[in-house]
Amino acid sequence: MDTIIFLIFAIIAVVCAINVVVQTHPISSAISLVGVMGSLAILYLLLGAEFLAAAQVIVYAGAVMVLFVFVIMLLNAGAEAKKGRSFMAQLLGVPLLIGLLGLLAWFVQRLYPVGTTVHFGGFRGGTAQDVGRALFTSYLLPFEVTSILILIAIVGAIVLARKELD
Amino acid sequence: MDSFIVISLIKVVLVFAVLMTTLAYLQWVERKVIAHIQVRPGPYRVGPHGLLQPLADVIKLITKEDLMPPYVNRPLYLAAPFLAITMALLSISVIPFGPTIEVAGYQTWMQLTDLNIGVLFVLAASSMGVYGIALAGWSSNNKYALLGGLRSSAQMISYELPLSLAIAAPLLISNTLSLRELVERQSGSILSWNVLHGPFPQIFSFIIFLIAGFAETNRVPFDLPEAENELVAGFHTEYSSMKFASFFMAEYANMITVSCMATLLFLGGWDAPWPAAYGSSLVPAVIFAFAGVVALYHGMHPARRRDRLTLPAFGIIFLIIAGIFLLPMVQSWLVPLFWFCAKTGTILFAFMWIRGTLPRFRYDQLMGFTWKFLFPVAMVNLLVTGLLVALVS
Amino acid sequence: MAEVPISWFLTLSAVLFALGVAGFLFRRNIITVFMSIELMLNAVNLSFITFSYQLKQVNGHLLAFFVMVVAAAEAAVGLAIILTVFKNRSTLNIDEVDSMKN
Repeated sequence: MDTIIFLIFAIIAVVCAINVVVQTHPISSAISLVGVMGSLAILYLLLGAEFLAAAQVIVYAGAVMVLFVFVIMLLNAGAEAKKGRSFMAQLLGVPLLIGLLGLLAWFVQRLYPVGTTVHFGGFRGGTAQDVGRALFTSYLLPFEVTSILILIAIVGAIVLARKELD
Repeated sequence: MDSFIVISLIKVVLVFAVLMTTLAYLQWVERKVIAHIQVRPGPYRVGPHGLLQPLADVIKLITKEDLMPPYVNRPLYLAAPFLAITMALLSISVIPFGPTIEVAGYQTWMQLTDLNIGVLFVLAASSMGVYGIALAGWSSNNKYALLGGLRSSAQMISYELPLSLAIAAPLLISNTLSLRELVERQSGSILSWNVLHGPFPQIFSFIIFLIAGFAETNRVPFDLPEAENELVAGFHTEYSSMKFASFFMAEYANMITVSCMATLLFLGGWDAPWPAAYGSSLVPAVIFAFAGVVALYHGMHPARRRDRLTLPAFGIIFLIIAGIFLLPMVQSWLVPLFWFCAKTGTILFAFMWIRGTLPRFRYDQLMGFTWKFLFPVAMVNLLVTGLLVALVS
Repeated sequence: MAEVPISWFLTLSAVLFALGVAGFLFRRNIITVFMSIELMLNAVNLSFITFSYQLKQVNGHLLAFFVMVVAAAEAAVGLAIILTVFKNRSTLNIDEVDSMKN
């Protein structure tokens, strides 16, 4: 059951990721990226990271990607022009890419031959309470520093995007 | 394991059927409420007191011509209403309607599933609902739809901030993200509900939550992006028939979700205002009996001729329902369900009341209101709540 | 086999990261390049959470959380820069933003 869930959402994630890279119009890439983030959120649930899964959907898929979609809609730039690529390069490139990814996968497999298996409920320490406790005790300094980082980002974005005052 | 799957399937079918009927009749209630605010009868002819009007609307929408304009971006055009209604219905799946119910020896919660990140799940589903509107505006290939879609999505994501801060404040007091435990920690009487309990009564959070909820669901006074006399019709200009209907079902489902969340977070869920030992389980029976008697009395001398049959019929139906509330074997789950529906219904009535009363905000006033007023107030409210909770415990 | 070997998660993370790098190197549209960066960050988040599962500690979740926060801040500023570049040059093709080349 867990294997089926993993396979379904991993395949959805990989297909959407290929779509992000391959599509010509940026809005199709953006929607595919939302699909990747959604399937990754389900995989986080499989790994016991319930708070992170919710945060991924709320923050990443629900706010950051909405920002991307807004900018694409505002700029309305249209699909990328397809430059004529030689057919031989495509014929050679795709199998090589698949070969590279397969080699990568095989090396990763070799490093972790046997060992931990993942199933629902295998790690119960990912609740909001545990994350919150760690965030406000051992990770307090990075937390405060990231709040300043967000403040800098807000000020920077407003300064860059406002109209020039004549 | 099998009984769990069968019970869950039965619950899913039941909740879906009840929800769809409620969505249709919520529109009837809204039209009646707004009509009576404007001193006119509202839908009256189709069925007794217009009760078959939703059926007529459904038939009209299904049989309308389903246009697919040739200039739209097809995959996104078809996906947008689907996304809108899926996300709206998904958030209903974690809402608890009452305590446990026991049928034929099987005991189960009155909730489809209880997640221990229930509050975050509802927030996540409402964040994803923004895509339905943004994609509807974009894919319609129409400048009015695009502007309406962009304005509406910008409004929804701006009001998510005060909404989340207003949700965080009672969570500091209740200390749990699971919706069922939120209600169980507010049990007792009206004085232990989050809106009146604790070191800092959450009245401000309640008001901020309702205001942000109005904006999230695109209701008056924040409905500029979809109003019919602004921007043609906003993001759903190019939609017809069932796709148009799904946007409206999504809006009403979002309204129901916001009202249910307000009930669970602030008003104590299915808890009665005073304990059952002092007779609060007789309240639903008394209310329905009173309604039945009033309907029967007016049925004796009806103002309009067609009411001579319908008013007494309703009177008898209300008296039968009052009798059902007195049966001891259904009281353990029917009375909490009544209190939950009463509280949610009150907030839904407030939604409709405000729609009939207030004019709408202009878009820059709307955005200025959230960023310059509501968000700082919500943040100060959260800080004060946190300070008082830390000082007291 | 109801349990998933942990190496499958790491493989998925590596594949997603490689696809992100491919998108970053080969696409001409600025926004698509930016989205490939977000894809790479997501792949890294998956790795963090996988290792957190293996070591049975919550620290990986915290690191993934900070990666998410930084990615959000970076997206905000990056998109503001893209808007400014578009306002000045009316193009979203990174090959044409080359006025500092000799």
